[in-house]
Amino acid sequence: MFKELEKSVLLFSGLTVICALAYPLTINAIGAGVFADQAKGSLVYEGKMPIASTLIAQNFTQPQYFHPRPSAAGADGYDGTSSSGSNLGYTSQKLHDAVKGRVEAYRAENNLSVSQKVPMDAVTTSGSGLDPHITVTNATIQAKRVALSRGIEESKVIDVLHKNTQKAYWGIIGEEKVNVVTINLTLDREFGKVKI
Amino acid sequence: MEVLDMVLFAFTVVVFGFFIGNYVYKIFDGKKTFLDPVISPLENALFRISGINTEKSQSFKAYTLSMMVFNLFGIFILFFILFFQSGFWLNPQNFPNLSWHLALNTAISFVTNTNWQSYGGESTMSYFSQMVGLSVQNFLSAATGAAIAVALMRGLTGRGIGNFYVDMTKTTLRLLLPLSIVYAVFLLSQGVIQNLSPYVEVTTIEGVKQTLAMGPVASQEAIKMLGTNGGGFFNVNSAHPFENPNELTNFIQMFSIFLIPVALLFAYGKFAGNRREGIAIFGAMALLFTLTLGSTYYAESQGNAMLTQLGVEAGPSMEGKEVRFALGASSLFATVTTAASCGAVNSMHDSFSPLAGGVLMLQMMVGEVIFGGVGAGFYGMMIYVLLSMFMIGLMVGKTPMYLGKKIEAYEIKAVIIALLLPSAAILGFSAIAANCADGLAGLNNAGPHGLGEILYAYTSAAANNGSAFAGLTANTPFYNVTLAIAMFIGRFGVIIPMIAIAASMSNKKTYALSSGSVKSDNMTFTIFLAFTVLILGALTFLPALTFTAIAEHVLMLSGKLF
Repeated sequence: MFKELEKSVLLFSGLTVICALAYPLTINAIGAGVFADQAKGSLVYEGKMPIASTLIAQNFTQPQYFHPRPSAAGADGYDGTSSSGSNLGYTSQKLHDAVKGRVEAYRAENNLSVSQKVPMDAVTTSGSGLDPHITVTNATIQAKRVALSRGIEESKVIDVLHKNTQKAYWGIIGEEKVNVVTINLTLDREFGKVKI
Repeated sequence: MEVLDMVLFAFTVVVFGFFIGNYVYKIFDGKKTFLDPVISPLENALFRISGINTEKSQSFKAYTLSMMVFNLFGIFILFFILFFQSGFWLNPQNFPNLSWHLALNTAISFVTNTNWQSYGGESTMSYFSQMVGLSVQNFLSAATGAAIAVALMRGLTGRGIGNFYVDMTKTTLRLLLPLSIVYAVFLLSQGVIQNLSPYVEVTTIEGVKQTLAMGPVASQEAIKMLGTNGGGFFNVNSAHPFENPNELTNFIQMFSIFLIPVALLFAYGKFAGNRREGIAIFGAMALLFTLTLGSTYYAESQGNAMLTQLGVEAGPSMEGKEVRFALGASSLFATVTTAASCGAVNSMHDSFSPLAGGVLMLQMMVGEVIFGGVGAGFYGMMIYVLLSMFMIGLMVGKTPMYLGKKIEAYEIKAVIIALLLPSAAILGFSAIAANCADGLAGLNNAGPHGLGEILYAYTSAAANNGSAFAGLTANTPFYNVTLAIAMFIGRFGVIIPMIAIAASMSNKKTYALSSGSVKSDNMTFTIFLAFTVLILGALTFLPALTFTAIAEHVLMLSGKLF
């Protein structure tokens, strides 16, 4: 028994050094050396200050920006230290009430009539609460509002939208979608920041 | 397009599974492999220092003792690291020590290859705990599973069962580690993070503060999927863009869950000296997987009619799903992760349609045998294989045999223990939790879906899956302790009987097959095996599923909300 424990402890220690130190630190070194940008979180800087990660949704509430999906991460949503979905099931009253509120808000925001259908992704929380993408349908509806509040033609916003639409890999793997962070950065770059 | 995606997935898994399977066979049958020059010296040094005799095959008792001592020591050390987390290095966010019950639950969870998580990674664990504590077990628990599977393959084919330490180490160094390195580098290139920096504070484009969690994710992510562990670095696991940033990484993650379980089946064919023995079992698993994937996909594609009534466009529900994965990749991932005992998720199963949630549970309830975990899928399916051969033998009035070896009372007893213990843990603990205040306090959903959260938790624990209806608040003494017990029973209550079978079969005489023998390498057997799994699973768990998934589905159709 004691001999068995000795074997286990020694082997365990050896494997720990290999799997828990040598392995991750090697990957760390490769990350720092070859994929520095990705390894640090695909951050976007303004001067020296990080303003976004292109992979992580941040909240956009102002009308001149495309808005991300609702988020259940943290108390106020979009909390990068507390990723979470709502975990509400199909028959949940809470889900029902929340979606109802979001549908009304989305219609008001985008000036839709009561009979117009609202895109699914615009009124449901994502799995991570940090989903940076919205569907093309959702973005197309929002484009009108974005153009109006920026005082530019809608076709210009639609152009930006087309350029920012990500396609499926080789047409097989994936979905057509729009990254809210990168499209909003493009808007600010091309048409300037809107002063409020 | 989604169907094409799934076909491509199946194709990739089979092709790579075949080649890795040949490699696995070479490793464990002592043949030369291309990594020998690098790894052999390292391996030999480890064995020499630890005083392990690599020549001798162990007996049932010696093997079990080695395996248990190694695993119990793993639980102890992991508990120690977590319980005293604040005393270790690499804790830039200054996270405090874990409570005794959370540390215990997590330690047992990672050592049993379950990776149930009662905590949110980015708000609980230091980098040291993740990297040195949890990640090590991602390797070693998977390697333990593979070692048991190999012991069983050897036993069934008349070889000595081997040495636990040797097989476990070989799996780690020759299979898991090389694959992980390549994999982690790929993940890095796609945007999975890998650093030891403090969390980054960004001032958003609209001028609000947002803090982004950081960490050594890529290295842990690779082995998390390959080892069918499934314990996410972050709370939402592979739904988090830093763990799984795009469709390509998602595809590779699903692929890597099935890779080693499928490879083991091909390796088994080589051990048995008849590829068709492995392919027959593969066929049964593939058949069951097609059924469950079809059901999940169909149920999810129907969407939530009650949302449509509120003015939302018709179509699949996106609650708990990411836009980049949507219906197809979310359904496929969910089915793969619960078929194999991985438990990583890229969408929230709690928000799936009632029937899809039920299918996911059923896959775990039958014991994670639809490809299953690394090693665990193989030895789990062997329970049903032996049972099938035993029943067929009795039905046609011949001595039940498998691969020319008699299946006798001893083996059947072991099979029944391995079958009943996890089932008893699932139903017993669920019944207790549903009938006490401590159990009900954790619910996030009401009505049958709430009961579903409890049932899913114990199913996931006993089947060593680790996914959850994550609305359940499980970080309480009651849930942490009961789930830990369920995980322990579900792991070792199956492994030990399987070692017993391996050892007993290895000593039996092998009879030559005659023209009248029942064969286990043909289509008839494949279908019989698949039905055995379905019928046994259905008989045991249909009542429980009726009260949860089916009841919720029926009530949903009548428009009832809870």
